[in-house]
Amino acid sequence: MAAPQTLFEKVWRHHEVVAETADTPAVLYIDLHLIHEVTSPQAFTVLRQRGLGLRRPERTFATMDHSTPTRTEQVFGGAPITLEDAARQVSELERNCAAFGVELLGLRDARRGIVHIIGPELGLTQPGKTVVCGDSHTSTHGALGALAFGIGTTEVGHVFATQCLLQRKPRTLAINVNGALQPGVTAKDLILAIIGRIGVGGGTGHVIEYRGETIRALDMDARMTVCNMSIEAGARAGMIAPDETTFRYLAGRPRAPQGEAWAAALERWQQLPGDPGARFDREVDIDAAALEPMMTFGTNPGMVIPIGGTIPERTGDPAFAKSLAYMGFAPGERIQEHPVNVVFVGSCTNGRLSDLRAAASLLRGRKVASGVHMLVVPGSQQVKRDAEAEGLDRIFIDAGAEWRESGCSMCLGMNGDLVPKGHYAVSTSNRNFEGRQGIGARTLLASPLTAAACAVRGRVTDPRELL
Amino acid sequence: MEPIRTLRSRTVVLPVSDIDTDQIIPARFLTTTTREGLGRHLFADWRYAPDGSERPDFVLNQPQAAGCTVLVAGHNFGCGSSREHAPWALTDFGLRAVISTQFADIFRSNALKNGLLPVLLEQDAHRWLIEHPGADVTIDLESTMLTLPTGAAVRFPLEPFARYCLTNGVDELGFLLGRAAQIESFESQRSRA
Repeated sequence: MAAPQTLFEKVWRHHEVVAETADTPAVLYIDLHLIHEVTSPQAFTVLRQRGLGLRRPERTFATMDHSTPTRTEQVFGGAPITLEDAARQVSELERNCAAFGVELLGLRDARRGIVHIIGPELGLTQPGKTVVCGDSHTSTHGALGALAFGIGTTEVGHVFATQCLLQRKPRTLAINVNGALQPGVTAKDLILAIIGRIGVGGGTGHVIEYRGETIRALDMDARMTVCNMSIEAGARAGMIAPDETTFRYLAGRPRAPQGEAWAAALERWQQLPGDPGARFDREVDIDAAALEPMMTFGTNPGMVIPIGGTIPERTGDPAFAKSLAYMGFAPGERIQEHPVNVVFVGSCTNGRLSDLRAAASLLRGRKVASGVHMLVVPGSQQVKRDAEAEGLDRIFIDAGAEWRESGCSMCLGMNGDLVPKGHYAVSTSNRNFEGRQGIGARTLLASPLTAAACAVRGRVTDPRELL
Repeated sequence: MEPIRTLRSRTVVLPVSDIDTDQIIPARFLTTTTREGLGRHLFADWRYAPDGSERPDFVLNQPQAAGCTVLVAGHNFGCGSSREHAPWALTDFGLRAVISTQFADIFRSNALKNGLLPVLLEQDAHRWLIEHPGADVTIDLESTMLTLPTGAAVRFPLEPFARYCLTNGVDELGFLLGRAAQIESFESQRSRA
């Protein structure tokens, strides 16, 4: 009898074109390649230089999200994209997709959105698939039981030309999460706590599988939030075994298998969860019941504390001191009650419908505090339409927030949606790196509930005070 | 890609841990559609004052950094975004190797594909290098040994395939294209299944 296998091992094995040896990495087959305007142009250039085409253009899907505008008049109204370079990237992607036969969900397409939101939303992302994209947050797609990871632009070119990648088999890390999340504590708080626990390099060289009753109880949006930030712990990918929640989510989505193909797919997908007794290289246990709303205080996502906690002291660590100086914080200080200038709800981490519902639930009948700029950016045009059908846009607008078209927006500020220098931004995105949201911007990562609570009070606020 | 067998250089030391690729090259410079000329944006927010002038206190702006091809950085170098613009900026600036005690996976993979050598050292040798900026080091890819000016030599791990590619100037795409028959047979087996 074959040795028991983990979910990751099963997916890996199914895609080994050539197994790895001591001298050579494995040749791994890629089922789904997602591309966007920022990390693809140089890969298309290599194809042109070498006279190559796409081996399987039908396995590649393109959209634009990183440098695209979120102002309606620039997306639909014919107003020019303000940033000249961004406009050039958008038109170059259009030209490349047309030349190489790649399906593109372009700027005004009703299905456009952040690449990691639309993959699952359209049903392109499926259990057991290998999914890659020139973007580190590709780990998001692992929430459906896919093996999904970010790659560089050279590798984008490899997938274009061969539909394969050269890969060393990563190690496996099980993160076992048990216990019920308390009211006001969300998937975002859970993943921030996990990163705080294992560190920003703690997952390096590993694929994480999130397991346990807490994970099983999460809906798909929440599972995607968890897998999305696997990369912030340095992990190659994050995965969750597919189950009834996954299958219910996928059923009927436009690119999911239909009819007889659905039944056959379901049978395959049900074989994917890890076998009893399958071994991981490492395991970490997390007690979800003990978690509180979390917020970062420094310049990487591992610098995180419960929202009511105090900033720790780390003497003799110049990087830690540099980070606190950038943030304008001191050891021993509390972040709670600290004034907030900007609140951003959106991104591939927290730009899905349930995230917008959570933020809206706290804003309903309330106002964004004066002096606070709140930006709500849905993760896709579909999320935007769904939110509008429920009237969430009215709640945000009535509260005084801005309601925009979809895109990466203020998560990385490539499109000009920026946090001003020195300002404190409570952000539902994934990275609080120096300058990530704008030169000198100070990012406090948190959940959509916490972000909304901070917007209402104009200060760092525990969302449980407003529930 | 140019083959690399040996690197000899003085080191430039940036003793900061968890240097993410947003620091190596901020996102606002990613609107380019080419890979050339990114060296001027390397560590932009640490290197330049708001008026665009060079900050004299930043190590890469100091005279002793001129001509150095080896950067010594803190633990967990290259974390965060997958942007290959990070190794493009480092190599365009003139760097050929980065020394750390841990590299982020995607950065390491991107670096190797661009002739930038990630040298993973054990803590003692790394600490010595952090404490001795400007040390003359020799990095030999055949033996995968780094020699310190004290004469001490330390081995660093480098995958045989990566070493083969770097020392022979082989690019992986050529290698993968050479596997077309296996890929073909994998695809036809799957379509029959």
